[in-house]
Amino acid sequence: MQDPPIARGFRGRRPPAANDRIPPGQHLTSDFPVLSAGPTPTPRLESWSLALQHGGALLGKWTWREFEGLPQTRVKVDIHCVTTWSKLDTNWQGVTVDTLLQAAGLSEPPQPYLMVHSDGAYTTNLPVEDLLKGKAMIATHYEGKPLSPEHGGPARLLIPHLYFWKSAKWVRRLRFMPHNEPGFWESLGYHLYGDPWREQRYAGD
Amino acid sequence: MPETDTTLGGARRLPWRTAEVRDVIDETPRVRSLYLSVPGWPSHRSGQHLDVRLTAEDGYQAQRSYSIASAPEAPQLALTVEVIDDGELSPYLAREVRAGDRFEVRGPIGGYFVWTAALGGPLFLIAGGSGIAPLMAMLRHRAAVASHVPALLIYSSRTFADIIYRQELDQLAAASGGPRVVHTLTRQQPPGWTGAARRIDRDMLAEAGIAARAQPRVFVCGPTSLVEETTQSLLALGHDANLIKTERFGPTGALK
Repeated sequence: MQDPPIARGFRGRRPPAANDRIPPGQHLTSDFPVLSAGPTPTPRLESWSLALQHGGALLGKWTWREFEGLPQTRVKVDIHCVTTWSKLDTNWQGVTVDTLLQAAGLSEPPQPYLMVHSDGAYTTNLPVEDLLKGKAMIATHYEGKPLSPEHGGPARLLIPHLYFWKSAKWVRRLRFMPHNEPGFWESLGYHLYGDPWREQRYAGD
Repeated sequence: MPETDTTLGGARRLPWRTAEVRDVIDETPRVRSLYLSVPGWPSHRSGQHLDVRLTAEDGYQAQRSYSIASAPEAPQLALTVEVIDDGELSPYLAREVRAGDRFEVRGPIGGYFVWTAALGGPLFLIAGGSGIAPLMAMLRHRAAVASHVPALLIYSSRTFADIIYRQELDQLAAASGGPRVVHTLTRQQPPGWTGAARRIDRDMLAEAGIAARAQPRVFVCGPTSLVEETTQSLLALGHDANLIKTERFGPTGALK
């Protein structure tokens, strides 16, 4: 492997100190950039629902009121976007996937993979393992306020240990799968798993 | 524990390639185009982007994504970079870089915000500021393959001097079968300006735009506020959400 070429005169803006919370190739931002492939959907809460699906069977379905009534969890986490920004100490509130499975009466997940379906036909695939033991939630609040539509409100997935495209906005349906299948970006050249610490940005990384 | 199958599809890793800067064009006071020679570049489709990685003398590296502004048919890869005042890479790329400099690129990336002549049209492009870059790749591609797909660009700039690719857009629009180009200047207009002088709004999209019944393929690229307002207006005008593709950049400001 050849050494990379030196960009003449480039100094960059180094972080003030080595920060072991920033994965390779990432930089800190204080903004919260918006990245979406299409128009922002604005579903009415009266007709909103969240469904949990296994094959053709419905394992659980919650209206907005029912969903809001589930036990709430608050987390403070770092998030990492594949476009190279990272944001530290973000505060979220929502319903963990563990709580959701419990509410559906499931003692364990029926299949090892999950496809997350959103308004606007967006999908993303995940190993169920990555969603359990408090590692993921359906978030409805960011920094103490209801999640705004452009950031995925009323409810988005939050799975901070993977690149943020996995934290699908506008979540409506979680579908168990026997095998791993690529979702929207995963079909378009992005990595199937997306671990920021292993810099799994694109297919083959 | 489920196996994390990272090889589904058998994809090969996109390699970093060395790009050499062949030419530098000042587009506006804050925007510069870099023309790159990239040996081994696998070509791209218009609308795609790439990652740029800069390496400092001591080995420090930083990377960012940039839209590709050139047509796949062009001999060199073009990036158009706007200086972000507190940015890390853009001040270097848009102010310091000169012909002969080298850095790395990796791509092409993204397969959704893409138009090729084979997809047909009509093609309805809406840009704000440097959001024109990936849309310019589409117009350049359309011209390079002599596509007759009807095309319209509505382009919002702050001032006349901030219009990126102004002369080339004039030339494209004047050519036989060229796209229609509608400019709007939101902050300041030169004396005698007869064009639009406000942000892109629903009325402008209804009057100057391609009607929803023509089922145009719509590509919107610009600051988040422009993309959000424009796409909501397009939906209100009856455009199919599935035909509207967006790229957003810049901060959102305060979270609501």
